[in-house]
Amino acid sequence: MAEFIDLVLLAMLAITALRVIFLKDLFAVVMLFGIYSFLSALIFVSLDAVDVAFTEASVGAGISTVLMLGTLALTGRKEKKNENASILPLLVVGVTGAALIYGTLDMPPFGHPDNPIHEHVAPRYIEESPKEVGLPNMVTSVLASYRGFDTLGETVVVFSAMIGVLALLGVVRREESAPESGLQSHRVLHVVAKLIIPLIILFALYVQFHGDFGPGGGFQAGVIAAAAFILYALVFGLPMAFAVVEPKFLEKMAAFGVLLYASVGVYSMLKGGHFLDYNQLAADPVAGQHYGIIIIELGVGITVFAVMLSIFYAFGSQAERSNVQ
Amino acid sequence: MNFIFDYYNYWIVVFLMMAGFYIVISAGNLVKKVVGLSIFQTSVFMLYISMGKVSGGTAPIVAEGVTQYSNPLPHVLILTAIVVGVATTAVGLSLIVRIKRAYGTVEENEFEDKDDAI
Amino acid sequence: MIVIDIISGILLIAGVFFGLSGAIGLFRFPDFFTRVHAASVTDSISAILIISGLLLQTSFDLNTGKLLFIMVFLLITSPTASHALAKSARHGGLLTMPEASQKSQEQKQ
Repeated sequence: MAEFIDLVLLAMLAITALRVIFLKDLFAVVMLFGIYSFLSALIFVSLDAVDVAFTEASVGAGISTVLMLGTLALTGRKEKKNENASILPLLVVGVTGAALIYGTLDMPPFGHPDNPIHEHVAPRYIEESPKEVGLPNMVTSVLASYRGFDTLGETVVVFSAMIGVLALLGVVRREESAPESGLQSHRVLHVVAKLIIPLIILFALYVQFHGDFGPGGGFQAGVIAAAAFILYALVFGLPMAFAVVEPKFLEKMAAFGVLLYASVGVYSMLKGGHFLDYNQLAADPVAGQHYGIIIIELGVGITVFAVMLSIFYAFGSQAERSNVQ
Repeated sequence: MNFIFDYYNYWIVVFLMMAGFYIVISAGNLVKKVVGLSIFQTSVFMLYISMGKVSGGTAPIVAEGVTQYSNPLPHVLILTAIVVGVATTAVGLSLIVRIKRAYGTVEENEFEDKDDAI
Repeated sequence: MIVIDIISGILLIAGVFFGLSGAIGLFRFPDFFTRVHAASVTDSISAILIISGLLLQTSFDLNTGKLLFIMVFLLITSPTASHALAKSARHGGLLTMPEASQKSQEQKQ
């Protein structure tokens, strides 16, 4: 019965992607992309990947859609009609698709427990991680402890994306006050936003520190906290958001997060172990693992929050008030 | 019928990949190309997660009474991939904003020839 | 507990029916404001019925609290979103269908 849910959701996903090809209104394209992201988060839940579903829903359907809408506000909403539509892209896509489908016939069937992917490494993680790391969430223990170096690389990638966006766009500070900023006439939105924003930040902190016991962790928490501040900036105006969280402070915050992560590794080296060997952090190895994982997840959360908010500031401060068509 | 159930996930993933690929190579507008690239990325994530699923297993969170877990390793890889994907999307979109500022348009066939004048 | 199963089944089916009618209304209604109303039906009554149906199915522990929080959050934010949509359209100058037909009649005279 669960397979039918899977089938139906995948069919809906295919219809959404097909519709995106033929639309000329880019606003609708971006909204369909948000729907596509939410549907794939649902599919991830039905495929037992709860952490991935959480991240895809918050990052794909949240931040990606907001940034694309911010770009549309600057570049225009309609796509021009293609005069010389050729058959060549369709041919290329057809040949590639046929080759890929011929390749998938060789793959192991979906869901069987004795597929080659479930041998050697995965059973070792599943069996040993409750004893060596002691956390219920195996994805967090693999992400933060067994493959902690990859996660450090990912945090540095996110940080360098912020450097790239700030180098390309930069946060524009207007010296004169901008009275038109924010949604001044929406009283209902003001009241509801004041109610909701503290709850969103509280939820982000819950997700951050509960990532050891359920789905969650640093990335999701950082994105959710950034979403709260983005809501504040949208409803109350960008100058007030700059007054609450300064852009320069965000740059330092992002650097601090990466520094926190790397310094845990250096500290464990100074204690006599390898880089990012959490067993050295306390007298009991399992307690050391817990300390290490909490601190590095905090570093990741701080960096991701600062980077996402910084990128939104960069996009949001470029837009002038006029309607771009 | 079993054969279709075995491979249905992979075929839909290939269809989504090709839809995203078609948008990237045939759309004229740069923002639509970036949307197509994101669709392509998300379909690849679905391929990995489908490979990691064990039928009869649950999410890889230790709970009492559960003997069979789905494979946590693809989840970790795809979590990293999602975040890296949004980072590259953000840089790509800011490049598009700069192109608009420099050439006045984001349609590919309009600024293609202007670019050769370097 | 067959009675609880039947009641939760009825609630879930009613929630699905309202969600479906909201979706059909989104396509079939003629005007923007009526379409926004149809979409907001999905957010409010359908969410309440489905979550109540789920509340009866789960055990009485943390899951109940989480479902109640989700319902409260949906009830606060979804009508606000529909309101913001309709108000922005009104501010942007979108006319309702009677007003638009009246205006085109005045322009013809």
